Amino acid sequence: MNDTIAAVATAVGVGAISIIRLSGKDSIKIANEIFTGKDLEKAPTHTIHYGHIVDYETPIDEVLVTVMRAPRTYTKENVVEINCHGGINTTNKVLETVLNHGARLAEPGEFTKRAFLNGRLDLSQSEAVMDIIASQNNDDRICALKSLEGRTTKIIKAYRNELNDLISHIEVNIDYPEYQDIEIITKEKISQKLTNQIKELNEIIEQSEERQSLKAGIKTLIIGRPNVGKSSILNSLLEYDKAIVTNIEGTTRDLVEGNINIKGIPLNIIDTAGIRQTKDLIEQIGVQKSLDLISQADLILVILNGNEQLSAIDQELLEKTLHKTSIVVINKSDLKQHINIESLKDRNIVKTNTKTPAGLKDLKEKICELFNMDKISTLNLTYLSNARQISIAKQALDSLKQALNSLKNNLPVDIIQIDILDAFNKLGEIIGITYSEEVIDNLFRNFCVGK
Amino acid sequence: MKYEVIVVGGGHAGCEASLACARKKHKTLLLTGNIKNIADMPCNPSIGGPAKGIVVREIDALGGEMGRNADKAALQIKMLNTKKGPAVQALRAQADKIVYPKEMLKTLQSTPNLEIKEGMVEHLDIKDNKIRGVILQDGTKITSDIVILTTGTYLKSQILTGCDKYFGGPHGEKNSKFLSDDLKKNGFKILRLKTGTPPRIKKDSIDFTQAQLETGDNICYTFSFDKKAYYDYTKQEPCYLIYTNEKTHNIIKENLSKSSMYGGYVEGVGPRYCPSIEDKVVRFSDKERHQLFLEPESIYYDDIYLQGFSTSMPHDIQEQMVHSLPGLQNATILKYAYAIEYDAIDPRQLKASLETKIIENLFTAGQINGTSGYEEAAGQGIIAGINAALKIEHKEPLILKRNEAYIGVLIDDLTTKGIKDPYRLLTSRAEYRLLLRHDNADLRLRKYGYDVGLITEKQYQDLLEKKENIASLEEKLKNTYITPQKDINKYLEHVNTSAIKDRISLYDLLKRPEIEINNIQKFITFNYPEDVIEQVTINAKYGGYIEKAQREARKMLDLEQKQIPDNIEYSKIPNIASEAKEKLEQIRPRTLRQAAMISGVNPSDIAILMVYLKKGAKND
Repeated sequence: MNDTIAAVATAVGVGAISIIRLSGKDSIKIANEIFTGKDLEKAPTHTIHYGHIVDYETPIDEVLVTVMRAPRTYTKENVVEINCHGGINTTNKVLETVLNHGARLAEPGEFTKRAFLNGRLDLSQSEAVMDIIASQNNDDRICALKSLEGRTTKIIKAYRNELNDLISHIEVNIDYPEYQDIEIITKEKISQKLTNQIKELNEIIEQSEERQSLKAGIKTLIIGRPNVGKSSILNSLLEYDKAIVTNIEGTTRDLVEGNINIKGIPLNIIDTAGIRQTKDLIEQIGVQKSLDLISQADLILVILNGNEQLSAIDQELLEKTLHKTSIVVINKSDLKQHINIESLKDRNIVKTNTKTPAGLKDLKEKICELFNMDKISTLNLTYLSNARQISIAKQALDSLKQALNSLKNNLPVDIIQIDILDAFNKLGEIIGITYSEEVIDNLFRNFCVGK
Repeated sequence: MKYEVIVVGGGHAGCEASLACARKKHKTLLLTGNIKNIADMPCNPSIGGPAKGIVVREIDALGGEMGRNADKAALQIKMLNTKKGPAVQALRAQADKIVYPKEMLKTLQSTPNLEIKEGMVEHLDIKDNKIRGVILQDGTKITSDIVILTTGTYLKSQILTGCDKYFGGPHGEKNSKFLSDDLKKNGFKILRLKTGTPPRIKKDSIDFTQAQLETGDNICYTFSFDKKAYYDYTKQEPCYLIYTNEKTHNIIKENLSKSSMYGGYVEGVGPRYCPSIEDKVVRFSDKERHQLFLEPESIYYDDIYLQGFSTSMPHDIQEQMVHSLPGLQNATILKYAYAIEYDAIDPRQLKASLETKIIENLFTAGQINGTSGYEEAAGQGIIAGINAALKIEHKEPLILKRNEAYIGVLIDDLTTKGIKDPYRLLTSRAEYRLLLRHDNADLRLRKYGYDVGLITEKQYQDLLEKKENIASLEEKLKNTYITPQKDINKYLEHVNTSAIKDRISLYDLLKRPEIEINNIQKFITFNYPEDVIEQVTINAKYGGYIEKAQREARKMLDLEQKQIPDNIEYSKIPNIASEAKEKLEQIRPRTLRQAAMISGVNPSDIAILMVYLKKGAKND
């Protein structure tokens, strides 16, 4: 961590201003070398300076430079932020200049990693920052921000406190067996309490997973017979919404073709590139393969040609998608219609044609309706914000279920307590508590025992 | 005068420490303020209980004396938590306060290499951070290789009742005025702690008909694995249960400012688990009554210990309080309750061997380390004694791990986390309590006792035989099957367990919660001692959980493997938070596992420390 790192801190190509951030002990020195204006090395901390970025006397951009000295910075290191004009060329040129003068291009999340390693953030806070970096729409950003404020910590803490009450009650019965005034917690009571706790944790996990899939993008499959207009609908969607963020790389590369953002809802279009090249999904890879894709998708757009009657393949696709979140798009609505709408009355239907944009607008609205962000936002955000947290929460849930199971099998309370404690400790891992005396503190707070 | 080991203080820690050293054939001197008070029980007349009872068995397994001595002194004995599972069961005995010290003194006096002398130690003879001996009040200098301090509550102790405060130890004994200053001068951080004891009531002034009878178990239990019945279990002394009432509470509330605690006369930190009755009334004001036990102290005198009624009220208020209790309207108080304040050292200044980090060859054990309880003291005492002897023998110290013994949990907690209030063992302090059972203390620890030389060949052979028996019975049950025959299934249904469809081994059948060993004996005859059958039953029924606990323990041991070099300079490690640096510098954990347990040291600090240690290894 002795070197100085730099990266573009704002989203590429969006907004009027881009920020290039440097962190590390040489960041002020490097910025000063390429800056005409005030001597930045003498600038007090947390000050902004006007000037130009020059690369060996070649002016690059007119900028504002913020100087923040360690340790009161995000990474606890010297940090410089260069505000330059947005636009990919200028931004890249400024970044290049910075790199040419001794900074190293930061790896994804490296600023946060430094913040974490320098003790600026706790584990769950830094995970939340990673989430902000990765988040693709505004709603997720809110969630991530809430987590930053310790939202996850708060939820898990509250949940653990409830569990702790149960644990300390069992413990006090064990450590003070002869206190007849202290209620002996019965197996029925433990069972009741566990059932509630399991339900609650289950809800937290389910909501979190729902959010996870939203954050990752809604896997969307556009499906239909040849020549019904799949490509034109896809292209129109892409055309209609300019906010194609990126072709997603990495693990999803071979699955997802493109990412469309509709009013903050990311749609990942499941790869139909092969289909378009070979003209037709159904012909080339068969019904079975298309069914596999259907099962993987979160949203299916079934494209029909309104100008023709439903074929056997249309019928089969409609049937297979009946229980999935799906929209039936009746394309070519400008031509004479041959489909009996009455037979599709239980489905979400949108009519489109390439002549007018109204149908596409309807399609977008339908998608928003199905994945109602407003509704989700009003849920009280009781979810965990990343995969690690969800996975630990699931382990905790398993332990609680095991405890309930042992209880039903009439195992003694000290054995049941092992699994409850296990869940309690797992949940502690989510918020970075590896060791604590909480149980004992709670025991003495709540029960009157002693010689 | 030259000894190999001097033990200062003849309480429960001192007795075990001096016995361990002397039995390991090192010339040992036990110094006490008063020989008559050796192994005295100044507070409750009982030994054992949850967690503590397991410690007593651990001491016995290692070759200590407390278990056997408690068996000799037992007035009443009870197995606690029998319905709550194998991990938390424990023995608790009412012990005769005359017999216990008398028997212990007999043992001490008959142990070769052990000399007992009266004398108050005033100073430690230290040169170049190494102990050389002690200096008594009268100026006598006694030299030794090792000194073990087991001074209990006697360091600068003050007795408090109401606004009355005077220097002195329990039982009107002299206290030690200068020793803690000596320790402070040598760099020890001194803590001020407080504890208390309830009044003693004259037995025949109590109307027991108004109290609820509490009897012992009608079984001959013993703490010691030697299982010698020293007491007659058919003649156990009863205890009684009574409750405080509104009148008691009103007296306390009206006179609260007169108590030492609430009048602001106490500076020491009292134990949370041992609140005074005024504490209980104030903190739990919604409770209409608090439970009190009337416990016999001895069959040789008349005192009844009023458990649950410890107070620092002045004598006249104590009279009123006691007389408000049912059956005690006309009670005579023989000894008034008092609070006691005393000095202790911050136990984070100790190594896990209980040798101090500051002064070489100086060990401390018991209440001086901030614990409370006879059992906690004795447990530390035997470890300090063993390690003092091992040090003389130039051998590695015996350090019990958290998954091996409650004593290990106790010492690890003390030396890595330190204390805020007097430390008492609780089962909830042990992460692996299913492994740390009272029934398997011998299987866990006898080998250690044998290796250090405190367990005899005969005792060790008995242990090996027990292990063989366990293995052979398990083998037998695993290799004997029953098949779904009509009469077998009929029997199974008769004992409320489901019928079998396929053949099943008796071992698997024993795993069923409804099945006990006597049900198994319906299908097979064998003749094994009860403790062998008990082990096999527990292993069968809870095997999955035991394995899980062992897995968890292994994870912990992995971190334990990651040693931190003694000469590490935390100030030179970049990026560790300054609070963590300070804590690490102060405690100087031996391993990453210990470092991770320190409050104020965050996972990020551990990550950095881990990286730093790896780097260091590469550079070397």
